[in-house]
Amino acid sequence: MTPAIAVTRASKTYRRYSHRKQFATLKSALLTRSLISNLRPDETFTALTDVSLTVPKGRTLGVIGRNGSGKSTLLKLVAGITKPTTGTVRVDGRVSALIELGAGFHPEISGRENVFINGIMLGLSKREVTRRFDDIVEFAEMREFIDAPVKTYSSGMYMRLGFAVAIHVDPEVLLVDEVLAVGDEGFTHKCLDKFADFKRRGKTILLVTHSLGLVERFCDEALWLDGGRIKGSGDPKRIVGAYLTDIEHREEQELAAGDSRARESASAAAVSPDEPAAAVLPDTPVESVTAPADMFRATEGRWGSREVEITDVTLVSGDGQAGHVFQSGEPLEIHIQLRAPLPVDDFVVGVGLFNAEGICCYGTNTSIEDLSGERLLGDAEAVFAIDALDLVEGTYKLDVGVHKEDGFPYDYHRLLYTFRVKSRAKDVGIYRPTHTWRFSGDITFKTPP
Amino acid sequence: MLHNLAQLPRYRGLIQSLVARDLKARYRGSFLGFFWSFINPLLLLLVYTFVFTFVMPASQDPRITPYALFMFCGILPWTWFASSLLESSGVLISGGNLIKKVLFPAEVLPIVTVLSNMVHFFFGLVILAGFLVYYHRPLHLSELAVFPLVVGIQLVLTTGFALILSALTVHFRDIRDILSNLVTFWFFGTPIIYPYFLFADHTWQARLLRLNPFTHLVITYQEILFFEGPVGHLKWLLVLGAISVVFFLFGYSVFDRLRDSFAEEV
Repeated sequence: MTPAIAVTRASKTYRRYSHRKQFATLKSALLTRSLISNLRPDETFTALTDVSLTVPKGRTLGVIGRNGSGKSTLLKLVAGITKPTTGTVRVDGRVSALIELGAGFHPEISGRENVFINGIMLGLSKREVTRRFDDIVEFAEMREFIDAPVKTYSSGMYMRLGFAVAIHVDPEVLLVDEVLAVGDEGFTHKCLDKFADFKRRGKTILLVTHSLGLVERFCDEALWLDGGRIKGSGDPKRIVGAYLTDIEHREEQELAAGDSRARESASAAAVSPDEPAAAVLPDTPVESVTAPADMFRATEGRWGSREVEITDVTLVSGDGQAGHVFQSGEPLEIHIQLRAPLPVDDFVVGVGLFNAEGICCYGTNTSIEDLSGERLLGDAEAVFAIDALDLVEGTYKLDVGVHKEDGFPYDYHRLLYTFRVKSRAKDVGIYRPTHTWRFSGDITFKTPP
Repeated sequence: MLHNLAQLPRYRGLIQSLVARDLKARYRGSFLGFFWSFINPLLLLLVYTFVFTFVMPASQDPRITPYALFMFCGILPWTWFASSLLESSGVLISGGNLIKKVLFPAEVLPIVTVLSNMVHFFFGLVILAGFLVYYHRPLHLSELAVFPLVVGIQLVLTTGFALILSALTVHFRDIRDILSNLVTFWFFGTPIIYPYFLFADHTWQARLLRLNPFTHLVITYQEILFFEGPVGHLKWLLVLGAISVVFFLFGYSVFDRLRDSFAEEV
């Protein structure tokens, strides 16, 4: 059996606009006799490189990838809107592409007339549109507005009508580009039901989406594009997992880069660590020695006398790896490296956790927990160990500080460390108490497939 | 190219409904609606009549009297031609959404432009016919038989131009600006407001006029609708017909060659 979609070593190169090109006109083209050569690209951007894939009839393929990874280009190639620069694309059967909904709607004429024209544009005959007209209007939930000009429609109505027409073309191959966000929850469910119906009837679907859950639930196979190349394909769960790991890895790098930038600028502003003695002289009240008046308003920064210095802070996950991205519920350790050139007996080590809105999620120190400092000299390490990181998904920032019992700061690092908590559950709030659900009586839930 | 050309009849339904949409959308929201298609040429003819009767009674030449009617016979087809050219030059860009996001046969757009302007031309003909009867101009069946031929040739020729212009304008946007000036120049280079016989056959002006394809169309229209006697320009018209078909094929091949670039350039 021939596959519904067969893409063989397809590459797509776009011409990139430069200023010189943009202002190239007919006149200059004629003057420099470059009329023909100007029609050939010279500065190019490769959106897809050597992509091969086959989708057998009746299968659903989910395409995932970061923005700009070539997903939409692939869809346009399969739809036949653009041609591959090299390689071939073959599609068996009538294609309908849900790329731009309601493209070609004319604002001045009624929804009814637009449905007809749009249907004909998408390859139906007038009779076929007439036969499906009621279904289309019903699906779009537009019965009362169908005779009003399209310019009076809300954007949601516009999209719904466009979607309804496109889906009723009854294609063999359906291409969907991130269009499920067109309506309210109810409409989205209707769309998904319609897709499921397509699947049952043995139609082929190519789905481009950022909704990974949809790919896992709905697709038979997943394709992961990265930088215009196929980075993986196969079982949706496996591919989505690999994709998520890659995203974490990238976020990790970004956070690490961000952290080091924050620390650099903080150190530059603070007192030079080489001359800690100068900072404690009573006559030189350097701003960075004292804490800001309102601790909870303060933004990132570093201050303190440096009699005790925090030389390094690392976040270590349960498996002993230092990192910036952690799973909710897993163990997390904050390793704080301390250094005191001279012996110190009055010291408190503290940490504070803030979420992205700047709300303090948790804060504590050794003094609060009835540990009073006795002696600190040379290099030392303090580890704040969390058994289970029960935070909801989000980005968090960390305060780490060493100060006297009375609050005089030795070294205070304000929001200089960033980490991200990942979670499969999209619960809300700040804190996730360890919990389970229990039910009794006549109440049951569907078990997920 | 020939394969794509053979597909063209399949888009009949699409072209039909798009032309109908164009016509509907044009006057939607105006009080008189569709009647403007008749009123516009009527008012134009009245203005010409007024100007050339009272303001500057120009020509005393009895052969082209009433002058307004003579002029109108040329202006109607010219308007179809000129509007088609001007509108089609921008039609791929304004229809960019369709070309970029939907699998859509791009040549439909310039063709629809030419056809909806043709429909307006037909509306104008109704008004013209009324005045021809009013002025007791002789209309012979033998002459009227040529009419579909000249309309057909103009259609083929105009479509050829529309295809080339729409495709090239995607790459060279300045065509749109140059074009309106060129069209004005072309208008005066065509015997519409002056009769062709103003120049003797062997003069350079007459030779120049004969190089202009639209000259032959206009002369035929005038011979059918305005002048008495048989259509003497038929030979020229047939030659132009052959050239028009070749030109249309050339235009289509230019369009077809540039087709793949549209989705990226518009």
